[in-house]
Amino acid sequence: MTSLNEEVFPDQASNVPVRKVTIRINGENRSANVEPRLLLAHLIRQGFNLTGTHTGCDTSNCGACTVLFDGQPIKSCAMLAVQADGHDVMTVEGLATASELHPIQEGFKDEHGLQCGFCTPGMMLTAKALLDENPDPTEDEIRWALSGNLCRCTGYQNIVKSVMWAARKINNQAAN
Amino acid sequence: MYPTRFNYESPKSIAEAIALLHQGGGEAKILAGGQSLVPMMRLRFAAPEMIVDINNIPGLDYLTVDADGTIHIGALCRHSDLEKSSLLMAHQPTMAAAAPVIADPIVRNRGTLVGSLCHADPQGDWSSVMMALGGIVVAQGPNGRRSIPAADFVKGPFQNMLAFDEIAIEAIVPAPKGIPNGGYLKLERRVGDFATAGVAVAVESSQGLIIRAGIGLTGVGGSTINATAAAQSLVGAPLTAGSIAHAADLAAQAAQPRSDHRGSASYKRQIVKTFVVRILSGVVESIERAA
Ligand SMILES: Cc1cc2nc3c(=O)[nH]c(=O)nc-3n(C[C@H](O)[C@H](O)[C@H](O)COP(=O)(O)OP(=O)(O)OC[C@H]3O[C@@H](n4cnc5c(N)ncnc54)[C@H](O)[C@@H]3O)c2cc1C
Ligand code: FES
Ligand code: FES
Repeated sequence: MTSLNEEVFPDQASNVPVRKVTIRINGENRSANVEPRLLLAHLIRQGFNLTGTHTGCDTSNCGACTVLFDGQPIKSCAMLAVQADGHDVMTVEGLATASELHPIQEGFKDEHGLQCGFCTPGMMLTAKALLDENPDPTEDEIRWALSGNLCRCTGYQNIVKSVMWAARKINNQAAN
Repeated sequence: MYPTRFNYESPKSIAEAIALLHQGGGEAKILAGGQSLVPMMRLRFAAPEMIVDINNIPGLDYLTVDADGTIHIGALCRHSDLEKSSLLMAHQPTMAAAAPVIADPIVRNRGTLVGSLCHADPQGDWSSVMMALGGIVVAQGPNGRRSIPAADFVKGPFQNMLAFDEIAIEAIVPAPKGIPNGGYLKLERRVGDFATAGVAVAVESSQGLIIRAGIGLTGVGGSTINATAAAQSLVGAPLTAGSIAHAADLAAQAAQPRSDHRGSASYKRQIVKTFVVRILSGVVESIERAA
């Protein structure tokens, strides 16, 4: 297979018109000219160079490519880049500020919520959407919310603990 | 993998979308939630020349109930909208039971019930639910609208009854004539997997008698199975241990499972039977509680 850029970005041989898409990604508007068949996951990774979003399967099963689309977790490998035109997307790079990790990231660090780290960006974004909606989830609610994100390493125990850690921290911050 | 090249259209109205489909002459495909179509295109099981994305057509994401109890589910109503609906929890137990077991939570944020019916996957959960409920698909094409019963909508595996230039606008669950009851049970190997076997039961009761029943089977045949004989055996009588066991046997007979990596044919048949008994026993309990 040729390189990703040649494969997915407009080439002269194709008569399919390209489209300009503008996405608000991690708070910043970014544009690209894309072929309609480019997946959002690939635009994020190869077009915008935000390689924290991973792709782990060809069947939209694994959840490694999860991003927040208008605040909701979606699998960016099951959406065309053109569909995101005009929408708000948050990737894992949007979690931390310049000086501080997000409490969810701190939780994963503190509770050893990752091993290889491949699933982690997706896990953290799904967890963020959960905590935005339900700041004090039970263990069951966390497991339920994360059930579309697969992890091959951790056995999930520490991932659940990490999210609980983050919930406590966020709630303590809110109380102070 | 990447999908093959296609033209992308994003109409702002249903009329515009139908005109595009018509122009596409059978080579165009509607994109709703994309949770089946995009993976199929990536694997190149599907290679449409034109994609007609309906996500920018306003007013299709509704879930409403009429005064008489008729439920309308718009083409852009997502699985997660149905899962979170207090309306379904209060009025439509079969749908309320099915919504949380479709795919996984992330897929549910995008996938749609109507898209799922159109996809006509023998393993799809909503087709059997809609069959059990006597649901209807409303299709719109260049010549206007028509209603297609969910039981006739599926033509075969991954084939529906829509003409190439028709869009499924909404699914309808007709108003119940008695008190609606029922459930959906699905055996899956893990979250997000398709059903090893699934059973949808919808009954309506009045004065202790079952006045309408429907049973749909997921994943145990070349397409969704409407277990009509099993359902009919319940009508006109109260639910008893005997009538439940009889209906469960008939449903297991209606199943046409194949042995595969999810289990043997006889195992799947046994699951169908067990699920019919479990759902209907639950119905008996809830009728007794209400009395
Ligand atoms: C990991 C994973 C697990 C899944 N598990 C399950 C599961 O357990 N049970 C289950 O039932 N489903 C499952 N699905 C499929 C999911 O429910 C899909 O959302 C659904 O099958 C299709 O709905 P959609 O809106 O995404 O349709 P799309 O993918 O957009 O379209 C599917 C097909 O229907 C056609 N179509 C869609 N809408 C219309 C319309 N309004 N009019 C005419 N044609 C239309 C499209 O052209 C296409 O051919 C799973 C999917 C994934 C990725
Ligand atoms: S890459 Fe596996 S779900 Fe998207
Ligand atoms: S940490 Fe390796 S897949 Fe989750």
